[in-house]
Amino acid sequence: MESIGELLGFHHPDEMREFFRKKSKKMTNKLMDLKEAVALINEGDYLSIGGFGTVRVPTAFIHELLRAKKKNLQAACFTSNVDTDLLAAGKTFTKADVSYIINFEALGAPKVLKKYFESGAIELTEWSNGAMGWRYKAAAMGLSYLPVRSMLGTDTQKYSAAKELTCPFTGIKYLAVPALYPDVAVIHVHAADIYGNSYIKGVLVADADIAKASKKVIITTEKIVPTEFFRDNPQNTTIPFYQVDAVVAAPYGSYPCNMPYEYFMDVDHLREFLKAAEDEKTFEEFLNNNIYSCKDFYEYLDNCGGIRRIEYLKDLENQIIVEGGLR
Amino acid sequence: MNNYNDIELMICVASRIFEDDTSVSVGTGIPCAAVMLAQKLYAPNILITFEAGAVAPILPAMPISVGDSATMHKALQTGSTCDQMEMIQRGLIDYCFLGGAQIDMYGNINSTVIGDYKKPKVRFPGSGGANDFASMAWRIVMVVPHSIRRFTNKIDFITTPGYLTGPGAREKAGLAPNTGPYKIITNLAVMGFDEETKRMTLESIHPGYTIDDVQKNTDLELLIKQPPKKTEPPTQEELRVLREEVDPFKAVIERKAE
Repeated sequence: MESIGELLGFHHPDEMREFFRKKSKKMTNKLMDLKEAVALINEGDYLSIGGFGTVRVPTAFIHELLRAKKKNLQAACFTSNVDTDLLAAGKTFTKADVSYIINFEALGAPKVLKKYFESGAIELTEWSNGAMGWRYKAAAMGLSYLPVRSMLGTDTQKYSAAKELTCPFTGIKYLAVPALYPDVAVIHVHAADIYGNSYIKGVLVADADIAKASKKVIITTEKIVPTEFFRDNPQNTTIPFYQVDAVVAAPYGSYPCNMPYEYFMDVDHLREFLKAAEDEKTFEEFLNNNIYSCKDFYEYLDNCGGIRRIEYLKDLENQIIVEGGLR
Repeated sequence: MNNYNDIELMICVASRIFEDDTSVSVGTGIPCAAVMLAQKLYAPNILITFEAGAVAPILPAMPISVGDSATMHKALQTGSTCDQMEMIQRGLIDYCFLGGAQIDMYGNINSTVIGDYKKPKVRFPGSGGANDFASMAWRIVMVVPHSIRRFTNKIDFITTPGYLTGPGAREKAGLAPNTGPYKIITNLAVMGFDEETKRMTLESIHPGYTIDDVQKNTDLELLIKQPPKKTEPPTQEELRVLREEVDPFKAVIERKAE
């Protein structure tokens, strides 16, 4: 089967070797604020966001990106809903690799954004989540593709940019998924030092590979920790400093999403988001109130209930993780 | 006679599929509730995995997202999506558990678009991990409400492979051998797949329904090889555990089956 989707985010591995050869490996202080980090993104860049669904989403960064009115980006939407939806709401990107979009999983779908995707405003290339993970992994390995055993025989394959190949050892038919080398990745982590060494607790999704695959990596972090946190226990380093270009302290920076072991998602606020997204006008108001009229992410947090709300979400998280109950 | 709704029935019937000591990849919603019920009643040693990376959790309450904290409650590992998909590719996962907007008689699933791909009438989320699960796990189980729009002869987009165009088609496409659709559980019936033709067959009908009810809600040619059995209704114990322990906040069981 010939695939007809557009190949996005692809580079020749030798070109990437040259790029990574020149990338600084120095341990320099990379601390900056959200505005400075957003300025690292250029028109036309391919952007990958870490996390999964409503989990470990770098919301603070995405809000700042919307306020900065960045346009004409390309994006990877790999079970990405809150992040993709916000980026789509800001009309930030025009092309995307998608494997799962416009659904807050068990909570429902934002109607206005569904319509936006149905309008054809964004050109899509289809993939499965596994295929997207393996595309990052191929890039992380410094290769141009990986052979895999999914998507074969389906329309998902047809509307992807994968190609069939035959295994030289067994004769098995595989699907070659092309490497994905993003221009910029933004990943929200539990802890990082000023050099970019980063710690993620809980599910990793594809974030370690995304960081390896990307030209620029922006880390937003719940807290800044001393380098000894990593020196004393090097297995804590999920993403090492030499892959990282920017470190931004963003406490509660994933709200209203779930930061595993720290705070649970704000289901009420996400429901409010979905409710607002039933109608163009109410959704515009929602975006204005929560993003465009806020001077920064702290103002948004305050509007959503501030410290009290965060403490409540921490309690919820502890009930799930420690007590085994919920609500 | 126990009182139960369609969703509760589907979850209880689905939970009985799992043998102990098998493994499953699961998403959120009804499938997850079925696996949680199975873990508590029928398959305490079932190995549960989620595509965001959680392995062997003891599920405390309904997760909202495939990666949220509930999926990693007391998990034994929290790896990556590639870890999880590679586990399936290596042949370690017996069951995957899916839903979908349209299903045809070979068990192919559409969860991408209704209408033309470029100008769709409706856009759905897309594959997520479903295509990977159904391409590589040994047995595909679907739990979906029964409707004439869902069970249709011509689906608009094959997001996730069933038996594709029939016998031999999966192998020809290059998919892993000896894999494919296994059971479909709806609010009316349980369907399986015919060995020879790979077509959807009626296996058992739920209490209170007839073959006619199933046919009326099915817009595809359903094989009926022998008189279908009667499904055992949910037991008191299944309903109690489902309501009190699996979904006490009624995140799933009070949804409408449509």
